Amino acid sequence: MRKNWPVITLGLVLLAGLVAPFADRSTSPGFYVEVLLGGLMAGVLYSLVALGFALIFKASGVFNFAQGAMVLFAALAVARLAEQVPLWVAMLIAMVIMVALAWVIERLVLRPLVNQEGVALLMATLGVSYFLDGFGQTIWGSDIYKIELGIPKEPVMILESLFQGGILVNKEDFVAAIVATALVAALALFFQKTTTGRALRAVADDHQAAQSIGIPLNRIWVIVWSVAGFVALVAGVIWGSKLGVQFSLSQVALKALPVVILGGFTSVTGAVVGGLIIGVGEKMAEVFLGPVMVKAFDLAGGGIENWFAYVLALLFLLVRPEGLFGEKLIDRV
Amino acid sequence: MNRRANFLMLAVSAMAAAIGSTAAMAQAKEQFFPVLSYRTGPYAPNGAPFANGFVDYLKLVNARDGGINGVKITYEECETGYATDRGVECYERLKGKGPTGATLFHPLSTGITFAVTDKSFNDKIPIVTAGYGRADSRDGTVFGWNFPLGGTYWDAADMLVQHVGKKEGGLDKLKGKKIALVYHDSPYGKEPIALLQERAKMHGFEVLLLPVTHPGVEQKATWLQIRQQRPDYVFLWGWGVMNSTSIKEAVATGYPREKMYGVWWSGAEPDVTPAGDGAKGYNALVFLAPAGQGAVHKDVIKYLHDKGQGTGKKEEIGEVLYNRGMVSAMMSVEAVKRAHIKYGKKPLRGEEVRWGLENLAIDKAAIKRLGFDGFMLPVSTSCADHAGSAPASVHIWDGKRWNVQPGIYEADQQILKPMIRASAEKYAAEKKINKRDCAIEAG
Repeated sequence: MRKNWPVITLGLVLLAGLVAPFADRSTSPGFYVEVLLGGLMAGVLYSLVALGFALIFKASGVFNFAQGAMVLFAALAVARLAEQVPLWVAMLIAMVIMVALAWVIERLVLRPLVNQEGVALLMATLGVSYFLDGFGQTIWGSDIYKIELGIPKEPVMILESLFQGGILVNKEDFVAAIVATALVAALALFFQKTTTGRALRAVADDHQAAQSIGIPLNRIWVIVWSVAGFVALVAGVIWGSKLGVQFSLSQVALKALPVVILGGFTSVTGAVVGGLIIGVGEKMAEVFLGPVMVKAFDLAGGGIENWFAYVLALLFLLVRPEGLFGEKLIDRV
Repeated sequence: MNRRANFLMLAVSAMAAAIGSTAAMAQAKEQFFPVLSYRTGPYAPNGAPFANGFVDYLKLVNARDGGINGVKITYEECETGYATDRGVECYERLKGKGPTGATLFHPLSTGITFAVTDKSFNDKIPIVTAGYGRADSRDGTVFGWNFPLGGTYWDAADMLVQHVGKKEGGLDKLKGKKIALVYHDSPYGKEPIALLQERAKMHGFEVLLLPVTHPGVEQKATWLQIRQQRPDYVFLWGWGVMNSTSIKEAVATGYPREKMYGVWWSGAEPDVTPAGDGAKGYNALVFLAPAGQGAVHKDVIKYLHDKGQGTGKKEEIGEVLYNRGMVSAMMSVEAVKRAHIKYGKKPLRGEEVRWGLENLAIDKAAIKRLGFDGFMLPVSTSCADHAGSAPASVHIWDGKRWNVQPGIYEADQQILKPMIRASAEKYAAEKKINKRDCAIEAG
């Protein structure tokens, strides 16, 4: 209990932040719920990208900086292919492209770096990220492209009898949340219940030990990068349908970085919980804390949504470096 | 010995060739235009059509007219990615190119404009910011090298207030109303704040400031605040993907698009088409060049695209940003032409081109002659006024095309002038700039 006091203190501060908006009497419960829901929906989408980070880190110990670029690349492929063929065919072809990409990355980037320092692998994925950003725009174009999933964009009002004016919910966000939840559940099952999933976890624990008992390291890496490619494809399609497919997708996807810091690099559950905390935290901060800061410091605006997630992640790093659900690393010296 | 002699001869001829080519360059009858563009990154959907229009016009002047009064145009593009540091790099790399150095610069970013303004004083190269840049740079006595041709963001904000005032039945009817400014959290987005606050004091309306951080794809919280505050109007000061995201979020939160007004950089095809039918009824200011085609576009097709020498897609010709790029290039070419009257028909230095920019007189007849009839209103500048007149209209997106609404607005200079003077003088004091005396210079 005494050892955990920093975490408990941080938790209490966050909880206090969550109820603080009610100190201002102008905050209606309906609006509060709307902001909360908006944050949760955004959080689910962050979780979707964070899953890709967690998967690769879990299976190979590599922090894949290129996950955001993979989201953009997959979304661009789907959007441009869908101009020629039906959407589901475009998604299938894009999936084949993502598997091919995983194979190329394994052959050209990862294999030569087996047993190298983690920082070398991180730098390699940084290179892959820049390459994919540029290459994707070169072959698919740099305009804003549409992915039409057929989900109505108009909002709906719910709980009108409970809250004055009702709660505004976006159907697109709602569908995205369901898809993301289903994907998280499927991945959790894959990791826990299948032979391949167990092999992936074994490789994550120790490359050499896994090899010594006959687990083919290279094949496992291709599989895990393909799964991360699939996650990128789903995230890209959902984000792309919401925001339009364009370069900024890869930057938005990087919002998953504070999510994995907060949730823990090796945890699928952490990716989900971290995403929700970051999503709710940043929306609450922007809506309720932002105006207070503008008044207090006489700022001419200054959106805090973008950096708040990183501040939150930093605070977690200080009190719990392994993240909420990450594995604690103990090195013998 | 023979090999040595051969080597010496080779070296001597190489040196002679190098000296010869340098001399040829110095004598080349060429006018160099640097083109700062962004064809990649989050702002590429807007940056690319502007650059295509700009470059197409330069090519057209060479192909159709044989250059500017016989002086061939050369140009080089430099990709800034809309990033200030890369923009400054491009400026440094291109300022000395061509036989007389860079003619002028169009930074195509307010951030880059802020960064290169100080440099322009030493380099003596004009910085043309058609419809962007610093609002106070209209004052040519302090900002000797900046030319916000066609209007500034203070002009734009003032015209939008006038427009919504007119809709309400008079500016006095704005009392008690709320206007939200959803802006790109950058020097560009912050420019209109001072003017809106000034107008708010005069007419008693409230201004809600809602910043959106770069690149502008996360606006959920912003639009939740709009839903809570229910402003009477939303002014959108976005760029690139931020614009279409704003319209999509307005749809998602049920804010009427008819109450949304974009600045002229938030009112082109890439801003509305990604939002599909949801963008119907959205309004924006339009200055200099609305969408459509005229005589000059026919020339672009005939002299360039039909010969496979066009820039970008043929379907893009006539779009808002393509046309704006073309008009910006045209005004630059006209400035060089104007300067030829004083300095002769030869390649000119930036310093000489400045005289052309300060004496621009593009009247109705010139607009017609140049093939831009219906795409811009007359512009004339002076040593003290570097922007000239800045009229603009409002156009509405009907789901397929932009429709320009009747009525032309002009900013109220009685409000703007004292603000410009105060801001420019503050800048002059900070930077220790000696103000120019235009009467003496003309004298």
